[in-house]
Amino acid sequence: MPTTMTYREAVRAALAEALRSDERVLLMGEDVGRYGGAFACSRGLLEEFGPERVRDTPLSEATFVGAGIGAALGGMRPIVEIMTCNFALLALDQIVNHAAIMRHMSGGQFSVPLVIRMASGGGRRVAAQHSNSFEGWFARLPGVTVLAPATVQDARTMLRGALREPDPVLIFEHILLYPVQGEVDEQADTDIRRAAVRRPGRDVSLITYGGSLPKTLAAAEQLAAEGIEAEVIDLRCLRPLDTELFLDSVRRTHRAVVVDEAWYTGSLAAEISALIMERAFYDLDAPVARVCSAEVPLPYAGHLEDAALPQAAAIERTVKEMMAGHG
Amino acid sequence: MPKLGADMTVGTVVAWTRQPGEFVRRGDIVAQVDTDKGVIDIEVFATGVLEQILVLPGQTVPVGTPLATIRETGAPEERVPGAWAGPPPAEAGVAPQAPQAPPPPLPPPASAFGAGAVARAGHQPAASMAQPEPPGGMPVSAQGPPAAPARLRISPSARELARALGVDPAAVQGTGRGGAITREDIQRAAAQRAGALGRPRAEEAAAAGQPSAGAPATQQPAPGPSQAGPAQVAPPQLPPPQVAPPQAGPPQAGAPPTAAESPLAAAPMARGVQLPAEERAARMRQSIAAAMSRSKREIPHYYLGTTIDLHRAVTWLAAENERRTVTQRLLYGALLIKATALALRDFPELNGFYMDGRYKPNEAIHVGVAVSLRLGGLIAPALHHTDRLDLSTLMERLRGLVQRVRGGSLRGSELADPTITVTSLGEQGVELVLPVIYPPQVAIVGFGKVVERAWAVEGQVVVRPTITATLAADHRVSDGHRGALFLAAIDRLLQQPESL
Repeated sequence: MPTTMTYREAVRAALAEALRSDERVLLMGEDVGRYGGAFACSRGLLEEFGPERVRDTPLSEATFVGAGIGAALGGMRPIVEIMTCNFALLALDQIVNHAAIMRHMSGGQFSVPLVIRMASGGGRRVAAQHSNSFEGWFARLPGVTVLAPATVQDARTMLRGALREPDPVLIFEHILLYPVQGEVDEQADTDIRRAAVRRPGRDVSLITYGGSLPKTLAAAEQLAAEGIEAEVIDLRCLRPLDTELFLDSVRRTHRAVVVDEAWYTGSLAAEISALIMERAFYDLDAPVARVCSAEVPLPYAGHLEDAALPQAAAIERTVKEMMAGHG
Repeated sequence: MPKLGADMTVGTVVAWTRQPGEFVRRGDIVAQVDTDKGVIDIEVFATGVLEQILVLPGQTVPVGTPLATIRETGAPEERVPGAWAGPPPAEAGVAPQAPQAPPPPLPPPASAFGAGAVARAGHQPAASMAQPEPPGGMPVSAQGPPAAPARLRISPSARELARALGVDPAAVQGTGRGGAITREDIQRAAAQRAGALGRPRAEEAAAAGQPSAGAPATQQPAPGPSQAGPAQVAPPQLPPPQVAPPQAGPPQAGAPPTAAESPLAAAPMARGVQLPAEERAARMRQSIAAAMSRSKREIPHYYLGTTIDLHRAVTWLAAENERRTVTQRLLYGALLIKATALALRDFPELNGFYMDGRYKPNEAIHVGVAVSLRLGGLIAPALHHTDRLDLSTLMERLRGLVQRVRGGSLRGSELADPTITVTSLGEQGVELVLPVIYPPQVAIVGFGKVVERAWAVEGQVVVRPTITATLAADHRVSDGHRGALFLAAIDRLLQQPESL
């Protein structure tokens, strides 16, 4: 039976469910305990589950991600929260050189069933050091699964799937999504590796994920008013990509626009564009287009930040240019 | 041969201002073309080396005929093989591009040009190797002397579809970006071939009759027909009241010796190939007749008018002109045009084109300004991005435009781009203008003369300079309610002349 909640509440409910249903699960990170999490995703959990299982850590990402890896190796199911993906760079060695490749380096003897959650993205006027979208970087790593829940439903149920994985899973939650409200079916089982068609359409495939999904849907609504039916695809899982789903879509619409909040060069959008070129070239009726962030450190000033990030208007404009002469 | 107006079907090259082998940049003027509206400077839409000139001064060819080839340098992006972007995209559907359209009048035998072309061709192997011949055959634009092979600009999916439907893509005109052939173009070509028999259109004729890869060599100039003279440029299959078949004969016969011996060097003096003045005036008359008949036949006009108090505008203008030198002074006409352009920002249904049964608003506002010609007739070229010009720039451009209309050196884009027209007949002494829309535009604004009238202001009768503004608009696109709001917006803007 569906209930309505915010994305933030959905994350909290998912964490509570995980802690409740499996005693090996523990949550750790900066301010996750007494403060309730920088984004209030763990408020009340310390009171319910106690300091053994909801642990505040020192301000050292390398240390507490490393501790998480150790706990996972020791048989626990740790969920580590890195406040934002910007700070994940401090734990890059732990993630890249240890968590991701432990199974390979140990000849299959050890696995690291670790879940790392982090906030990602811009749009909150918190300037260049706190507004990055690094999920595309991590999605290059063999050995990890990368998730980007874009809906309240996914925020509620994807963690359940993530905790079943035997290897590290990185979850990127876009900071603008936390207050978003949506309906949730608590019982829905979510296959974390499948992309989803969020809006069917016949004229062009808009491929996106995470915080760009609402913007892309808004653009699609605008386009529909002008007679252009855009199909909106939410990737959900950035590694491994559900390639077939978006290729199928492109084979039907013959046009694709990839919307990705990361910087243009070398983006996940570039990867998707290349996959389309490799595997659906003869179905294309126009070159694949990308709508990404401007190649600048994200500005602090609101109007500049808005100009640097992909917006619905830019998506709409890109589609219209692509459709020029086919209105 | 670009289409420089909705009613243009043919054009005559008057002169080439650039020589083969020269490097040209997008926007450069490379040639002058004589149309019913006078001599127009032709801008080039690609950057590269002007490789071959295909149409010589004095020749009259249908719209869509390649005039020259340009080999582009480097830029893979906006690649337009064959160089001439041809008709503006909005008109693309009408442009006759059929490969088997009658060949253009041929150059006089053994011209210097012929030799030059051969010599140049010797330099081309590298370019040819870089562009292997595509399986789909030569592009539709290859016509006349064999040009450097250019790749067909077609989407991969459209190419597959063409194969499946048995359509020869080389005979299809692309409507996608940069003239690329899309799935829709192939579908249209297939449908036309299957369906509409007995209503031949260029594309269909091309699709049906032209075997693939046949285009290039077969059009080699055969000396025979050229002697047959003028009648060979048959007017392409277009609705009847279009411009009469071009009289390619007389000018050619009259001009030859110089133009033939050294047609390219003759550029600046090449005015000799222009038509005599009376003939030009007659052709312009025909052209106006065609456009206006079409307008009255097709467009359900509605007319609105309002009288505007110009007191503030005139007062402000007088004070403003005090501060300016004589050459910088503003005419009130500039205020009227600017006010119209600014008002249009909120009325997209008045700024755009009605074509193929639907309306397309135009984002940019290019007001066409009707300018009458001394020999009769008129032209309404565009002041580009009128709403964004400050008054001084607008005035300067307006002066330049009028001069160039009368001097005969308009740019092609100025003729093709207007999104609405403003006509002012005040100087001729009339108070009220009920103008006729110039298709495919959907509105025209008229201004009469400035008249001093007894005017009621706050309960007092005072004498005020006034002007009557009228709007004729296309009822298929907008209604009187919006039209009225538009005129009211112009009035409001004219009450704040300092902010124009």
